[in-house]
Amino acid sequence: MTTTSIALTETPHIQTLLALADDALVLGHRTSEWTGHAPLLEEELALANIALDLIGQARMLYQAAGELTGHSEDALAYLRDPPAFRNALIMELPNGDFAFTIARLFFVSVAADQKWRGGFDDDALTAVAEKAKKETAYHVRHAAEWLIRLGDGTEESHRRAQDAVDALWPFTGEMTENRPAWLLAVAPVLNRATLRVPADGWMQDGGRSGRHTEHLGHLLAEMQVLPRSYPGAAW
Amino acid sequence: MADPATKLWEVFIRARSGLAHRHAGSVHAADPEMALQAARDVYTRRGEGLSIWVVPSAAIVASDPSDKESLFEPAGSKIYRHPTFYEVPDEVGNM
Repeated sequence: MTTTSIALTETPHIQTLLALADDALVLGHRTSEWTGHAPLLEEELALANIALDLIGQARMLYQAAGELTGHSEDALAYLRDPPAFRNALIMELPNGDFAFTIARLFFVSVAADQKWRGGFDDDALTAVAEKAKKETAYHVRHAAEWLIRLGDGTEESHRRAQDAVDALWPFTGEMTENRPAWLLAVAPVLNRATLRVPADGWMQDGGRSGRHTEHLGHLLAEMQVLPRSYPGAAW
Repeated sequence: MADPATKLWEVFIRARSGLAHRHAGSVHAADPEMALQAARDVYTRRGEGLSIWVVPSAAIVASDPSDKESLFEPAGSKIYRHPTFYEVPDEVGNM
């Protein structure tokens, strides 16, 4: 059986670029799955806009990684197998209900916002951050306002929001680089949403080293089937 | 379908500094902040805006279409209200 997959030699710098790129691509793809299914036209466009922001960020990061690996952005996105993906596990979890989607977007966006605003000593990452920090600031705002309304809404929306927060919490350890800063930003929103802040305990990890949940394989199968079936296909 | 609790808002977008806000359309949202975000997400995706106003549709006071004869027809016969009877000196340039 022949394979269309590419193999990479990953330096720590390439791995950093791929981790950022894969985070953005995988969550962007997940978010795009709401297209055609969102509860309101307005929210459908909001989620599609966010998905496009994330996929745009992924493209810039893959281009930067491509300079170092010699692979095109498309090859990096479409021609790697699940164990070669470096995204945190939280990105690949299925969307669940709207509360789960929003809670994840909030948790991830707060971490991303802090990361993009933290500064980089690399020109390519500085350029990505300059664009991404404006987009991400809006993702934080949108997700936070929704989470407050879901948590402080009806009995059912509160229950669903709390369930989402509790289920996602063990997946937040892998994506936070500065845990105290992240908690400091997340807690006030959860408080306003009348949601309980879970205690930090055992955390899931493995995504950065390619040990993924079963969900990533299904996501990639759908995302990669066309370029793998028709190599070099163009619009 | 929008929930009946999800109110309708009218959206006004200002495209450039110095221009007036223009009516762009409407959105459904539960409250002012979400209406503003919905307006941003629906009506400024192609760089249309620098500023957004959202106004509850229920706050708009509209004229009754059946009043149009009494409200608007009287203006029809007063062509002297149009500033077309004046010679504009060349020095004025564009008006």
